[in-house]
Amino acid sequence: MTEYVSTTPGLFPLPDWAKDDLSDLKGHQKHDLISGDEDDAITAAYDEARDEVVGVQQDAGLDRVVEGQLRWDDMLAHPLAVNDAVATEGIVRYYDNNNFYRDPVVTDELRFSGDVAEELEAASDQTDGELQAVLPGPYSLADLATDEHYGDDAAFLGAIADYLEGELEAFPAHETLFLLEPSLVENAPDDGEDERASEAIDAVAGATDADVVVQPYWGALEEKVYAHLLDADIDAVGFDFVANQEDNVYNLQEYGATDDVSLGLADGQSTLVEDPEAIRDRVEWVFEQAPVSDFETVYLTTNTETFYLPYAKFEEKLAVLAEAADLAEVKAA
Amino acid sequence: MSNENKDQFRPENHANDNFLLTTVVGSYPKPKWLNRAKELYEDPDHGFDEDDYQEAKDDAARLITQEHERAGLDVVVDGEMRRNEMVEFFAHRIEGYEFNGPVKVWGHNYFDKPSVVTEVEYDESWLVDEYEFTADATDRPVKVPITGPYTLASWAFNEAYEDDAELAYALADLVNEEIEKLVEAGARYIQIDEPALATTPDDHAIVGEALEHIVDDIPEEVRIGLHVCYGDYSRIYPEILEFPVDEFDLELANGDYDQLDVFKDPEFTADLALGVTDVHVAEAESVAQIEENIKKGLEVVPPEQLVLSPDCGVKLLPREVAYGKMANMVEAARNVEADLDEGNIDIERGAPTPADD
Repeated sequence: MTEYVSTTPGLFPLPDWAKDDLSDLKGHQKHDLISGDEDDAITAAYDEARDEVVGVQQDAGLDRVVEGQLRWDDMLAHPLAVNDAVATEGIVRYYDNNNFYRDPVVTDELRFSGDVAEELEAASDQTDGELQAVLPGPYSLADLATDEHYGDDAAFLGAIADYLEGELEAFPAHETLFLLEPSLVENAPDDGEDERASEAIDAVAGATDADVVVQPYWGALEEKVYAHLLDADIDAVGFDFVANQEDNVYNLQEYGATDDVSLGLADGQSTLVEDPEAIRDRVEWVFEQAPVSDFETVYLTTNTETFYLPYAKFEEKLAVLAEAADLAEVKAA
Repeated sequence: MSNENKDQFRPENHANDNFLLTTVVGSYPKPKWLNRAKELYEDPDHGFDEDDYQEAKDDAARLITQEHERAGLDVVVDGEMRRNEMVEFFAHRIEGYEFNGPVKVWGHNYFDKPSVVTEVEYDESWLVDEYEFTADATDRPVKVPITGPYTLASWAFNEAYEDDAELAYALADLVNEEIEKLVEAGARYIQIDEPALATTPDDHAIVGEALEHIVDDIPEEVRIGLHVCYGDYSRIYPEILEFPVDEFDLELANGDYDQLDVFKDPEFTADLALGVTDVHVAEAESVAQIEENIKKGLEVVPPEQLVLSPDCGVKLLPREVAYGKMANMVEAARNVEADLDEGNIDIERGAPTPADD
């Protein structure tokens, strides 16, 4: 029987009070953003905000709870932005969005930081077996960064994968790991690079005992990229069915899927709040298209991060996902 | 060669034969007391009421319009003293939008990104009062900047339309209605601001189609400009030459004219409103420097087709720096005009810039 797991890819919006408080505490300029050595007042504000979003997820009834990545001023580039071997340079566009992050320029050998592990530790105390870790996938993190140390793309991707492995090994126990890989869609790897991307993901996935979900978004993977990704030892591939249905279905039909899948069915970038029933119906529709009789686990999630949303709409989306997973479970039973 | 559309803004007593129209993109630093007035107005415990705040905005609009006049600009704006943010201001005036709270742009910079939840409709005029007030406050021609429909669509959540293009076209019809009212009130110079085009340059056809809606039935003599900034222009040129506008207002000083060659081939057939001062440098460029920048424009278009303005809105600069940039720009424009009159400037148009060694 299929298990339905409601979750999110993390990177939440800050509660509105925290937007105000942290604006005042930190400032609005480039050099005011998180570098990993913030003072006690800032840490306390983030701790409070983290407690709040963990509570919001638990109240909504989500099956997996993330710590929210509220400190990730640079979005998916955060794990590099806090590293000593990285200089955070000019503000650059975050994919095709009206959002910006500091270009992380890697100028030296990447060494362990432990920054993300600390955040998870803080959330770990509040959760009971439902903790989900979130990291950028190695391909996306390398794609978002600028290399001035390793010299070539393959070496850089390998170094980023090594770095993420080290970070991941320091994480407290977690049930699931989401590796976010929008660059696999937005800046698809070429021949040879696609295989290396899959190997890098495989290496990172090997550093945790948790179930690993690789979530690409803003479209469907090119078929070769998808085929290579299936070679990695991961538990689930994610599909952004908000941005693209046809090509995702094509990939499923032509190449099959992992035993578990993650379905991005609620729009992480729209304030239009979906009906839980509509999401449940879309799950069924995907199953009808896929050439498998059953998936073991189906993660129901927003297609993208949710920091794009006003806070109240974000809360509504979480509730919809939780309810949709319950409905699907009932239907399946 | 004459350029009737542009020459309608030529001052009667203009000293030179050549005329390089000087103007601004729109926004200007708000006087500190205006921000204070806003705080008082928003403070429920304070007696400063809506009338008081309105008066403060009137005072600021008059002050900045006159500051533009003093700097010598040929076409002035009120510095957008009444506008808070370029999307929010319009979204509050258009039926169909609702606000659900701030969203992140970057770091701790947020924006009240609205949602379009029903069909957009024209209610009351957005800018006629603003225009009439400004026109009364000066003898110079007044330009009216309007956030373009593509940007109004892209920088909102779209819950109501099939896609952002449909929303943009619906908004373009409203912009058209507003321009008709502005023209009735006497406006002759409208600028459509489309910064969102820089994010998604592949959508230039949508912007072009929206502009067709915007200019529908607008008299020929009304000057329509399009402001685009901070993008890769090679992805929208030469396609934009097909747009039904008289002028393109482009940011180029910020990149030290590294994208200038894009506009040399094919020939730039519209008027070029060239950014000749960088709004991200908090220091006024010298008159000599701006003269050199103006000459960059002459590599693309003849003087008849050249208009001068800063790269973008100057609202983030200290006010005295913003003023210095405008005053120097006007002085530089008059110097270059005089040099052109005397035949001292010999610039080959359309020739690519030689690569630096």
